Amino acid sequence: MKVLVTVKEVAEVEEDFQLDGLHVAEQYLDYDLNEWDEYAVEEAVQIAEENDDVEVVSVTIGPERAEETIRMALAKGVDRAVRVWDDALEDVDLLDVSAKAKLLAAVVEEEDPDLVLTGVQANDDSFGATGVSLASAIDFEWAAVVNALDLDVDGGVANVRRELEGGVEELTEVDLPAVLTIQTGINEPRYASLRGIRQAQSKEIKPMALSDLGLDGSVVESDLVLTSVYEPETESDAVYFEGDAGDQAAELAAVLREKGVGAQ
Amino acid sequence: MSDVLAITEHRRGELRDVSSELVTAGRELVGETGGSLHLAVIGGDVDAFADELALDGVDTIHTVAEGDEFNHDVYVQAVAALYEELDPTYVLMGNTVNGLDYAPAVADVLDIPLVTDAIGLENDGGLVVTREMYASKVESTVEVDADHAAVTIRPSEWEPTEAAGSPTVEAFDFELDESRVRSRVTGFEEVGGGDVDISDADILVSVGRGIEEEENLELVQNLADALGATLSSSRPIVDNGWLPKDRQVGQSGKVVTPKVYLAIGISGAVQHVAGMKGAETIIAVNTDPDAPIFDIADYGVVGDLFDVVPELIEQFS
Ligand SMILES: Cc1cc2nc3c(=O)[nH]c(=O)nc-3n(C[C@H](O)[C@H](O)[C@H](O)COP(=O)(O)OP(=O)(O)OC[C@H]3O[C@@H](n4cnc5c(N)ncnc54)[C@H](O)[C@@H]3O)c2cc1C
Repeated sequence: MKVLVTVKEVAEVEEDFQLDGLHVAEQYLDYDLNEWDEYAVEEAVQIAEENDDVEVVSVTIGPERAEETIRMALAKGVDRAVRVWDDALEDVDLLDVSAKAKLLAAVVEEEDPDLVLTGVQANDDSFGATGVSLASAIDFEWAAVVNALDLDVDGGVANVRRELEGGVEELTEVDLPAVLTIQTGINEPRYASLRGIRQAQSKEIKPMALSDLGLDGSVVESDLVLTSVYEPETESDAVYFEGDAGDQAAELAAVLREKGVGAQ
Repeated sequence: MSDVLAITEHRRGELRDVSSELVTAGRELVGETGGSLHLAVIGGDVDAFADELALDGVDTIHTVAEGDEFNHDVYVQAVAALYEELDPTYVLMGNTVNGLDYAPAVADVLDIPLVTDAIGLENDGGLVVTREMYASKVESTVEVDADHAAVTIRPSEWEPTEAAGSPTVEAFDFELDESRVRSRVTGFEEVGGGDVDISDADILVSVGRGIEEEENLELVQNLADALGATLSSSRPIVDNGWLPKDRQVGQSGKVVTPKVYLAIGISGAVQHVAGMKGAETIIAVNTDPDAPIFDIADYGVVGDLFDVVPELIEQFS
């Protein structure tokens, strides 16, 4: 069996930052593996540990720099990775959901996995739509926001829990092959061991351009145009307490007492 | 003229709030172009839902009697069939957990662009959607350069429409392709079982990822004890297994409305805020002066929790 896990290197914006046109200026960005994808990777690696003959392959869309982050997934037990990039992607301001789905669909065609795991969302553009869009594009069944997975490979079914709003979970049976979008908390992502990190250095990250996937530049032509990016006006009308921590705490304590806190 | 088709939501026999918010957002869009607002309600007791959805500004409600609860395979087919029939310019859906589960497939099947988690919509000649990026630190506008689009709207961002209206109600039949229904909802379960009900508490001390290590939780527990408060948390604390699931405040956790909510080392992600914005007084302690939590806080302490919390405990002991 083959499990494909989509992973993304996401940018986090520092506390103070400046914009440069339609982007946050590069020097204010820190890169990391998307939080939701960490749980997806862990789930895939656990499936490989619990079943015989499972290969786990990661796929990412990202420039060469992203390899550093993708190695984290390899260090945690992913067998090999595919990295999709192309000059045509270099200048795209907003890679929309359908473009991502088409790129990933081409990789699915190439790899022919039995199960695809993705994160629920990526914390940079927060579209939260790639997994389900991919499922539809490749005609796999799917489930979104999965926080428990019990795979019945022989029965061809994934029994999942979907985490709905307000502390309610939905139990669903999903026919395989499927794409599952993984919610944080489904497992406890492991730390990469030193041995894992060493091994990851020799694992393959295969670069693939659009032409390698049988695609051309039209795939990233988008109907969505990013027209402005700005820091939102602060809506805060909070009363701030000044001074050192002691002063702040004293003032806060006065407010709390006024509200009847600690008056027992 | 641009017609809008908005897909309502319900769960276990009740319409979800986002349904009447979709009416407001949909009305806003057609108001600018003079089109009609169509609602769809799919599954469950559709006639009873249609009565409730007879709201101001709705032109037609399409009832699709297919299944009891949400099933994305049914929803995708039903919305696609309605789209074929009505040819709306925009399909509006909720950016809810179920929205995440079917809206992208709707857009894919209809081959129209999708913009998710909208917090603003404008339509003058073309559709412009406002949304957030980088965990709410940045806002952006996205112009849709296409004749049709699917958009999901962020829950609680639009005021619900409450005034009654008199829409036409029409039953919509379509041929469900059973072979394409490849998932089955088998039940629901409530999480919980803990000994504390945070939604009952008057005072909540809530801790987030800023606490860094499990050992440090004791510090915040001490504060809660000193204040006579109950300890709750944001999601990462529960994901890490440091607190039980029923202590989680937010979209997928509990909705709380205490007199005082003290958010310590919590950034104020939209899914967290969804659970606590109804608190009477919100106080935030955070090192980052631009953390979104300050936008909804009544009192703010910009500072390191490891300095501020011990001082605050001191004040109450
Ligand atoms: C479908 C879905 C459902 C979700 N449901 C929920 C939910 O129910 N509840 C929920 O909470 N989240 C939920 N989330 C997750 C949510 O998006 C955020 O990831 C989460 O709320 C972040 O938690 P946080 O604020 O504790 O952590 P972070 O966002 O990492 O914030 C930590 C904060 O601590 C501050 N900080 C760091 N060090 C210190 C210090 N020493 N002193 C003071 N401040 C410090 C930082 O400045 C930062 O603002 C959901 C996500 C999805 C996709």
